[in-house]
Amino acid sequence: MSTVTTAKPAPAPAAAVSAPAGEGRIGLRANLRHIGALVRRNALQIKQDPESMFDVLFMPIIFTLLFVFVFGGAISGKGQQEAYVNYVVPGLMAMMGMNIAMGVGTGVNDDFKKGVMDRFRSMPIARSSVLIAKIVVELGRMMVAIAILLAVGFMLGLSIKTSVFDLFLSIGLSAVFGASLMWIFILLGLTMKTAQAVQGMAMLVLMPLQFGSSIFAPPSTMPGWLQAFTDYNPLSNLADAARGLINGGAVAHPVTVTLIWSVAITAVTMPLAVRKFRQKT
Amino acid sequence: MWDMTRNDKNPVSGPHAVEVRGLVKHYGETKALDGVDLDVREGTVLGVLGPNGAGKTTLVRCLSTLIVPDAGTATVAGYDVVRQPRQLRRTIGLTGQYASVDEKLSGWENLYMIGRLLDLSRKDARSRADELLERFSLTDAAKKAAMNYSGGMRRRLDLAASMIGRPAVLYLDEPTTGLDPRTRNEVWDEVQRMVAEGATVLLTTQYMEEAEQLANELTVIDKGKVIANGKVDELKARVGGRTLRIRPVDPSDLPGMARSLAENGLDGVAGSQAVPDEGVLLVPILSDEQLTAVVGLLAARGYAIADLGTYLPSLDEVFLAITGQRPAVDDSVPTEQTEEVAV
Repeated sequence: MSTVTTAKPAPAPAAAVSAPAGEGRIGLRANLRHIGALVRRNALQIKQDPESMFDVLFMPIIFTLLFVFVFGGAISGKGQQEAYVNYVVPGLMAMMGMNIAMGVGTGVNDDFKKGVMDRFRSMPIARSSVLIAKIVVELGRMMVAIAILLAVGFMLGLSIKTSVFDLFLSIGLSAVFGASLMWIFILLGLTMKTAQAVQGMAMLVLMPLQFGSSIFAPPSTMPGWLQAFTDYNPLSNLADAARGLINGGAVAHPVTVTLIWSVAITAVTMPLAVRKFRQKT
Repeated sequence: MWDMTRNDKNPVSGPHAVEVRGLVKHYGETKALDGVDLDVREGTVLGVLGPNGAGKTTLVRCLSTLIVPDAGTATVAGYDVVRQPRQLRRTIGLTGQYASVDEKLSGWENLYMIGRLLDLSRKDARSRADELLERFSLTDAAKKAAMNYSGGMRRRLDLAASMIGRPAVLYLDEPTTGLDPRTRNEVWDEVQRMVAEGATVLLTTQYMEEAEQLANELTVIDKGKVIANGKVDELKARVGGRTLRIRPVDPSDLPGMARSLAENGLDGVAGSQAVPDEGVLLVPILSDEQLTAVVGLLAARGYAIADLGTYLPSLDEVFLAITGQRPAVDDSVPTEQTEEVAV
């Protein structure tokens, strides 16, 4: 066919993605403004779709009531539910972060099926700002969940044996760990084809981590191999740290382990997630 | 075959806003782009015409830095799509085949958000959102969530969103696919207005009519390759442009009518064509003057006409005229079936 395509053998392989240093870079202030605009977007989505807050509103209430009244007596002795409240509420705080982080994956996956993501990716903004905005909003949701959890806890007899400052430290630690988990689920959300697959995969990871931990019951009655697992399970450490901060006790070890986990998870999954996001076609 | 190489025959010259050379993008075995060359001159509209799966959307995605080509080069406003994506993104506006707005946000919030992402101040982002909603007749729906918009409103909002940063180059990827004729005309009006204001547009479409309405030049692509390009008028002359379809009251008049037109040089380059089965005469029309003259002549000769109308060639007919074959059917469709039918 004598076409017009002067198809010369394409010369340079177009692989070098590196831009000339600095040129066209997005400054920190612009970056923050972009993140702000995208946080506003995510917040407005919640306003438009209030049902998306149901998990945050009801999960802490239902979980706390269930665990305190179903297991509380068995673990702390009949009529001793109040003692269990102080055990399980810090643990649930650790779990809350994990459950909300899971939702981020399905959210990102959904988002990608919509044309608006193409628009964002063809705009002069750092592509990571889309993901960071998502995390900011999810951390906000997590704070709401923790506030409700604590309110229910107080109603059931939770008492802070240390100080309000320590309570806030435990919340902060949960947020740090929760944010690092969100990167895992964002990565899953960007990698897997459907939101259902993300959900299924997430459950598979979540269940052993949640129940093979010190969240609901002290590991002292568990077999040795499981205790070895719970010792290194980040959720156990976070739960122990939160428990120590609220009830008093040694916290240095669990806090350190939790922070190490958070940093390690973020350091590995955040660059992968951002890279995946850039390359997504 | 076509020989309108733009480089030596293009009468109007000007700086190119978009330059694409030997662009290649493969998806496994599928060659979505197989060495595409094209140019868009500043301030003009290039129509990229092709059937589904021709590679139009892949081209637009390469040019908007959404995907990285495997080989070849492309520059937009002088910026390389691979090496200078950040600078390039400052110069483009993209309206995808699927409305690229946030469905859960209102029209106003969508435009405000994009203004902020383009570094407008809060005040400027607000006034630009108001201004564009007004311009695209969406002021009444400003506060409604985009998910409640009609198809045409959504597409207009999408166009408005692409205009916020006053981009030098605008990509419109099948802007009217799936729209009803009235809505389609609204979108066309808006595009024409943008062009009048000096925008450079790369428009992909499946419709010859749309290309004729909006584009200065056309590039026809099929299976990732450019199969023709040139000015719209030149292509139209080759393809036939409009065709006048005349149905005489008495079908036996057909040969006489054709002869009269030929004697007076009114039957176009390719000549008129009688279709006795349908009782109609098809006359290629190149200008309104010719059309008027044809009708006048037939009336003067006393032919009684039952029905007449003009129509534009379909994409199929364009491809038939250019390549001698219909556009390739989707590769996944087994060919045996069609052969059986043919036997």
